[in-house]
Amino acid sequence: MITFDGVTKRYADGTVAVDDLHLEAPTGEITVFVGPSGCGKTTSLRMINRMIDATHGTISLDGVDVRTIDPPTLRRGIGYVIQQAGLFPHRTIVDNIATVPHLLGWSRKKARAHALELLDRVGLAPELAGRYPFQLSGGQQQRVGVARALAADPPVLLMDEPFSAVDPVVRTSLQDELLRLQAELNKTIVFVTHDIDEAIKLGDRVAVLRVGGRLAQVAAPAALLSAPADEFVAEFLGRDRGIRRLSFVSDASLRLRPDLTVPASSPVSEAAGRAASAQSPWLAVVDAGDRPLGWVNPAELPRDGTLEGVRLLPYGTFVHGRDSLRTALDAALLSPSGCAIAVAEDGGAVVGVATRESLDEALALAASDVGNGDPANG
Amino acid sequence: MGEEPSIWEYFTRNWSTGQPGSIDTLLGDHIVMSLLPIVAALAFAIPIGLACVRWRLLYQPTAGLVNIIYALPSLALFGVFLAVTGLSQATVIIPLTFYAVAVLVPAVVDGLRSVPEHVRQSAVAMGFTPLRRLTRVELPLAAPVVLAGLRVAAVSSISLVSVGALVGMGGLGYLFIRAWQIDYFAPAIVGIVGIVLLALIVDGILVVSQRLLTPWVRARRSG
Ligand SMILES: Nc1ncnc2c1ncn2[C@@H]1O[C@H](COP(=O)(O)OP(=O)(O)O)[C@@H](O)[C@H]1O
Ligand SMILES: [Mg+2]
Repeated sequence: MITFDGVTKRYADGTVAVDDLHLEAPTGEITVFVGPSGCGKTTSLRMINRMIDATHGTISLDGVDVRTIDPPTLRRGIGYVIQQAGLFPHRTIVDNIATVPHLLGWSRKKARAHALELLDRVGLAPELAGRYPFQLSGGQQQRVGVARALAADPPVLLMDEPFSAVDPVVRTSLQDELLRLQAELNKTIVFVTHDIDEAIKLGDRVAVLRVGGRLAQVAAPAALLSAPADEFVAEFLGRDRGIRRLSFVSDASLRLRPDLTVPASSPVSEAAGRAASAQSPWLAVVDAGDRPLGWVNPAELPRDGTLEGVRLLPYGTFVHGRDSLRTALDAALLSPSGCAIAVAEDGGAVVGVATRESLDEALALAASDVGNGDPANG
Repeated sequence: MGEEPSIWEYFTRNWSTGQPGSIDTLLGDHIVMSLLPIVAALAFAIPIGLACVRWRLLYQPTAGLVNIIYALPSLALFGVFLAVTGLSQATVIIPLTFYAVAVLVPAVVDGLRSVPEHVRQSAVAMGFTPLRRLTRVELPLAAPVVLAGLRVAAVSSISLVSVGALVGMGGLGYLFIRAWQIDYFAPAIVGIVGIVLLALIVDGILVVSQRLLTPWVRARRSG
């Protein structure tokens, strides 16, 4: 655990970058520092590995004041990733990754072998090992940066806007990759970003800082979205925080109807009968493996033949038991039926259909939780 | 008097004669007097450059001083040192060391400043000690710029040595004076060709070592 206890940083020119910060970054979790530019995120991060020393207060790692540890020794035990990756241009990828093991005195052979493993772990091809950093794309460089930070297996990882300089598609894949790695590695991560969406996606806990280096609120993402501490936090979270909060509400409360599907091989007349008895104009057409094909309104079809060859309308799906209410709502909005199709995680067979009524109920339930459940500071 | 010797004849007749004006001796002197200053200057320029980068205020005065030195006519400087060190190679070596320092200090400063700040910061964050950061990251990354400065310094030093002939210590430059004394152009041609060849060879060696020492630069060009 990393503990900030009354930490203040005043620079030589009088700028107070961090003001009386009390905060804990729990072991094995991702704590995100988020806030507008200049609010003291980088300063806070760098005080952990003593690239900057605090003016007042203490920062401790598992109870040990970082100021009692010699800086190079401290830093070799803390991974660090920055925006431009900061790779050494004059070293090959494998040697970049092996930097800290090398500093720690591992044998060259062992350090390189380990570096090659890490290259694989962050999803890079072994052919890249002998290249120089400029020969890699920005996204690949960031992956190398992460691999390098992990090389000596430090318990703590500091990341300063590591994905801000890459394009949105690459950024998403790097974020997913980080979450995947974290699920395996359980590092204590402090992640700095100015992007609230990134904070909410990655953080187990999110600390919102305001300019002047004051902590505005620290909470789990869902709690932050449902109960921002003040106007500043609410504003920073943005307008659609209600919708975004649905990302943290499970689809368990969604009542699914099993009777709104029809096989594509069925005659139109039979489909019409089924729709009538289900009292729904819409049916989801499925293939022989129960996988969704699209929506039909049988009442609008000529009464002869089967559903094969009929023009089907677009549909949206969510994975039952895994996706959030937000995904389900999104799936419903992708179809003229206004319904979302729930599919099984394995195989993608239809499990049931979430109708507008059931979505409505689930949304009402989610809304009633706001202000009850999740504590504002926790 | 017989027929005047051709250039080639002049060269072969005066090579390895064991006399003071023997061309091989002149060449050896020329190499020592031009390259020793380069090695010495590098040893001075690196710490001076480091200090200028570390304490920014130092750079402007240092750069000014270095420029003034560079502006001094070499002949004048040789004359001054003739009074101090007499007829010895030091009379040429010391002034040439000044010139080379004047070229290399800015090269070292520019080289060190060319190291990207995020690279320096990440070296700090990974736990490099200051000395190790300097030797393993900053100086290697400054090397291409320093080596470029070294090429300029080496070639101009090789050329400037010949001016030393006017104070009696000029290596191959002696051949120009000789040509004037005997009123015949062959020695001058031998001297010019010798100096140009020497400059080309030294520059070639520096280019090759630049490639070997900084493979990432070459990879960048061809990649
Ligand atoms: N070395 C420094 N000297 C003076 N002021 C600084 C220095 N570094 C940062 N600051 C100031 O401290 C504040 C916080 O900076 P920083 O921690 O970099 O913010 P962030 O990472 O959130 O953008 C800013 O106002 C910045 O201008
Ligand atoms: Mg910053």
